[in-house]
Amino acid sequence: MPTAWFCFLAAMVTVYVVLDGFDLGVGALHLLLGRTDAERDEATEAIGPVWNGNEVWLIASGGVLFMAFPAAYAAAFSGLYFGLILVLWLLVGRGLALELRHQLDNPLWRSACDTVFSLSSAALALVFGVALGNVVRGVPLGPDGYFHLGLFEILNWYGLLIGVFGLVVLCAHGAGFLALGGAGDLAARARRWAPRLTWGSAALFVVLIGPTAAVRESMLTNLTDHPWRLVFPLLAAAALVVTITAQRRGRWGRAFTGSALFIAGLLTTMAAGLYPYVLPAHEHRPYGLTASAAAAGHDALRTALVWWPLGMALAAVYFVYAYRMFFRTATVRSTSAAIDQPPSG
Amino acid sequence: MSDHVTVDRLQFSLTITFHYLFPILTMGLALFIAYLKTVSYLGRENRRLILLRKTAGERERYESAARFWAKIFAVNFGVGVVTGIPMEFQFGTNWAAFSNFAGGVIGQTLAMEGVFAFFAESVFLGVFLAGRNRVSARIHWISSLFMFAGSWLSGFFILATNAWMQHPVAYDRAGDRLQLSSLGGMLTNPWLPWQYAHNMSGAAITGAFVLAAMGAFFLLSDRHHEFARICVRVGVVGALIFCSLQIFPTGDRQAHNVFQHQPATFAAMEGIFPTEKGAPLVIIGNPDTEKRKLESTVALPDFLSFLTSRNWTERVQGLNDIPTNRWPDSVPLVYYAYHIMVGLGTILVAIAALAALLLWRGRLYTSRPMLWALMLAFPFTYIANIAGWATAETGRQPWLVYGLQRTAEGASPASSVPAGTGIFTLLGFAGLYLFVGILYLMLLVRIISRGPEDLEPPTPSTAAAVSTA
Repeated sequence: MPTAWFCFLAAMVTVYVVLDGFDLGVGALHLLLGRTDAERDEATEAIGPVWNGNEVWLIASGGVLFMAFPAAYAAAFSGLYFGLILVLWLLVGRGLALELRHQLDNPLWRSACDTVFSLSSAALALVFGVALGNVVRGVPLGPDGYFHLGLFEILNWYGLLIGVFGLVVLCAHGAGFLALGGAGDLAARARRWAPRLTWGSAALFVVLIGPTAAVRESMLTNLTDHPWRLVFPLLAAAALVVTITAQRRGRWGRAFTGSALFIAGLLTTMAAGLYPYVLPAHEHRPYGLTASAAAAGHDALRTALVWWPLGMALAAVYFVYAYRMFFRTATVRSTSAAIDQPPSG
Repeated sequence: MSDHVTVDRLQFSLTITFHYLFPILTMGLALFIAYLKTVSYLGRENRRLILLRKTAGERERYESAARFWAKIFAVNFGVGVVTGIPMEFQFGTNWAAFSNFAGGVIGQTLAMEGVFAFFAESVFLGVFLAGRNRVSARIHWISSLFMFAGSWLSGFFILATNAWMQHPVAYDRAGDRLQLSSLGGMLTNPWLPWQYAHNMSGAAITGAFVLAAMGAFFLLSDRHHEFARICVRVGVVGALIFCSLQIFPTGDRQAHNVFQHQPATFAAMEGIFPTEKGAPLVIIGNPDTEKRKLESTVALPDFLSFLTSRNWTERVQGLNDIPTNRWPDSVPLVYYAYHIMVGLGTILVAIAALAALLLWRGRLYTSRPMLWALMLAFPFTYIANIAGWATAETGRQPWLVYGLQRTAEGASPASSVPAGTGIFTLLGFAGLYLFVGILYLMLLVRIISRGPEDLEPPTPSTAAAVSTA
């Protein structure tokens, strides 16, 4: 039962990173790709209707972590205290900036909001990477099931490496998203940047194998010992190839799908490499929290197995419906902006 | 301030109190927006139901009112989301031992809130705002109902969690952790239905008074008359209905729950020191925990016994017969919070009843003193709601999970989150929330000064951006 919930949790986190990933990436590239006010409008409008819904996946994943693995939730959240509070403040700042840029008609105000939005998006992409990096590296769990990492211990070399990787991957994903829509300069610029960033993520993907083996050798042996788990890194690699070839041929829809699958491949690889640990200790140290040790009671997990699929199915229906509606809208919007007309709505 | 538990408690009380200011209005307004939308969508001249018997012109005005309130709802919802995310994080960051101990139970309802309520709310608010002219009138109406259902469902799961902390049921002990034995048992907790009803009715009162205050403001400033009359009418009738429900049955039954299951809390709320058969209902009085008595008292003899059990001589246990280590750690705080709630509630009932009387006599829209009273009354609904929660939460002390885990045992270990760390983030939250509060008021003033006749639909991005404030 804990194994099933480990998989569900990994799946939810993956959906979160794929979905919120592109709007974080758009945010991180905001100042770089959007040169004029109109272009920056276009970028925020493209993600405007959906980013909040995307962020709900983070909350829902947090809820499921709490429900299924309370001990891991308690240890990770108190141990990485500053990291999480930083995430919170960045989320608040980002949401406010995105919202408020439309509220005052003053170029200085807009620049200020754009800067906050862009920097907080980039910082979030980085910090999420750092957090995952720390989980892969393992944390100094004590016999009481808790640990403490100060802010600068969280920002260790391996965590930062994964943080940079995360930033580049999400920027590539965001550029791929902007490349999808419209015929304007913004999309053209995104189409120039998306391949560069994708190559960057590919290079880091390969380079990071070494450091990862250095901090957690079992990450790799765990995969090779169960050869079927190699499916996940192979998925990531194949998705990269698809993305790069699709970008060359100008098939941006396919490239975006490829980039989403690449992220899915990365996160599932990480989950497969960590299993059975939800929150590992440093390599070769005791007290790491396995899924079964951190899990809630059997009855709770079995009960949740009844409502969780139902809730997820409903959420999927809402999302498919909303995305279909908004992306039709987004296309209408950017087309009408291109011919300099007010939106028909 | 050197004690890390105190710092954790201060931070949680700051973040939860500030956060809850927004859901109060979100849940209250969601109900009234759904009502306005329903009248506008289903109303016809020949309807049997008098509430729906509306001409095309009236329906148009209800529609415009619903859209105006949806703008305020969106900003309010957005700030609620932004300030609500920290709550879920803080269970882990500051209350790790509590999460470890009780997560196997309350994780269930909190995860259900995320999965069932948040997705529906965020998506349908987006549809309601951005899709205004892109979806059919029927879908638009249905999304207003989903917003209502989503926000009230969200409240239900939170209240289910809190009710369990107040009165734990349906759990097993496994070592030093609790496990859920039955979700059904947790959701049918006898504490839950009355606490939920009392809480939601409180939110509806805020929604109603805010509606009435906005209408009164526009009438007094001689603007948007048609819109203002709808707001005042719907607000005053709603306020009267929910104020009545707030006292009876929900408040009465909730107090009975406390009387039955948390005797120390009940005694502190009512300021009862000696155990008595035929306990007095204290109207005015200052509790003195040193001398163990109430000072400067005005009380109705035997009334408390009657109210709690419909029996004039029912025995009510006083604080003197309860060991002090089971007393709420601040008896005066519980006592005053409770009396502020009840006192303000009484004033609100009076205002609602008087306004309803004038409405019935057809003189409300021209009675300036009454409009002034309506315009100025709405902040009291917030204070009463918050004071009610302060009663519930400080009244549960010294327990975090009543009878099972003390608050001092629930905080993250000082080695992980020392007091200094907590003070740093507490100040950070205080500063950030001050800023958020100022921006919120700024946005609201802007929406109000534009008024309801600004029917030009927002561009998709503005709408969505507003929705995510």
